[in-house]
Amino acid sequence: MTNIKYKIQDLNLHYGAFHALKNISLDLPEKQITAFIGPSGCGKSTLLKTLNRMNDLVEGCHIDGTVTLDGEDIFDRMDVNVLRRRVGMVFQKPNPFPMSIYDNIAFGPRTHGIRSRAKLDQIVEKSLRDAAIWDEVKDRLNKSALGMSGGQQQRLCIARALAIQPEVLLMDEPTSALDPISTMKVEDLVQELKKDYTIIMVTHNMQQATRVSDKTAFFLLGEVIEFNDTADLFSMPQDQRTENYITGRFG
Amino acid sequence: MRIRFDQELDAMHNDLISMAAMVETAISQGVQALKYRDAKLAQQTIAGDTEIDRKERSIESCCLKLLLQQHPVARDLREISTALKMITDMERIGDLAEDIAEVTLFLCDRPAYAAPIQISHMAEATIKMVRDAIDSFIMKDLAKAHSVIEYDDVVDRLFVETRNVLIENIHQSTGDAEQAMDIMMIAKYFERIGDHAVNISEWVEFSITGTHKNTRLL
Repeated sequence: MTNIKYKIQDLNLHYGAFHALKNISLDLPEKQITAFIGPSGCGKSTLLKTLNRMNDLVEGCHIDGTVTLDGEDIFDRMDVNVLRRRVGMVFQKPNPFPMSIYDNIAFGPRTHGIRSRAKLDQIVEKSLRDAAIWDEVKDRLNKSALGMSGGQQQRLCIARALAIQPEVLLMDEPTSALDPISTMKVEDLVQELKKDYTIIMVTHNMQQATRVSDKTAFFLLGEVIEFNDTADLFSMPQDQRTENYITGRFG
Repeated sequence: MRIRFDQELDAMHNDLISMAAMVETAISQGVQALKYRDAKLAQQTIAGDTEIDRKERSIESCCLKLLLQQHPVARDLREISTALKMITDMERIGDLAEDIAEVTLFLCDRPAYAAPIQISHMAEATIKMVRDAIDSFIMKDLAKAHSVIEYDDVVDRLFVETRNVLIENIHQSTGDAEQAMDIMMIAKYFERIGDHAVNISEWVEFSITGTHKNTRLL
């Protein structure tokens, strides 16, 4: 029996008058990969951001309903810094800090008070190894991260997210800016990471969702139309709107 | 949104309909040739099989291109994979019609022998099964696919009846036993054509429901 990592119940999110998420209820399983798919503006990225409260500071944003992480309400008693230590995020466009590869990875652990060089060395190596990029960068850890290729930068960003040892990794179209080889590397990496992490990924690439994810949620106009095992959703969708979207009849 | 893909799927459907028509013609020509001991018609049936084989390759190629270019999912994936399976069965039906024509050619040089009436009935029944199986795919008609599967009992019954008549003929020494055995072969070919029509219908069921012989394949 799979544990539920995130439990989302009756979630409604408004940006001012705009109703961006409508009555969302989803159970996201632990140590599995869940893909969010749907046309632009359907709410999938908004929900992803809600999962580590990145919408808190958006003006006019109003949220109803509950989201729990391992049973704890993320809006109620949880410190947002604690939440973000437990839930890492990787964005669409690689965004390394303008500093060395080493310092990019050590940034998070330092922020959380780790000062020992030996401990930091250990974290940097483990994170880069887990992100399948150690062999490519081990001899130039002190070089600027900005000199890396796009695919390497994205894996660096994944390593940076892993450095604070989160439980969940949120990924917002993590390969949309990458070439096919880098995309394949990130997809392979994500498969490896699910042994230890719960991964929730927004993707516009439907083949990627079928290759990588265990569960898929299809969003349309702020609603979850269908949430099912990925193999079922892409072979026998239950809702005609899902069928129409994944077969390219609209969107 | 997807004009080209839909056009290509339509073209594939049309090719399947045309392959099915070719197969139906082969069966009916085969049985006509047998009935009238018409060597020319039998030759024509044998020659026609090359066209059926060519059609199979062309549909196969079209399906593989669709898999490569369109990355089909959901119903599209089920339809294209079903088409790939169906053409294999249709091609086998074409081969069996050719086999019937070849036996007929041999019979043409022999003295007259009245084939049991059940042979004509088997031809009619199998043509109906093949036509309905393809129709059920094009129309996405699950009830029709099931009816084809059930109709196989009619063909099986006709096969047993044919066999009994031929055995009786041999017992009573009416006509030569060698011809009776050849006609028995033809009955067996028809019975196999029925089985291939059932296979096609089972794949049609998969394309509509995602389930093949009670097993979810995806």
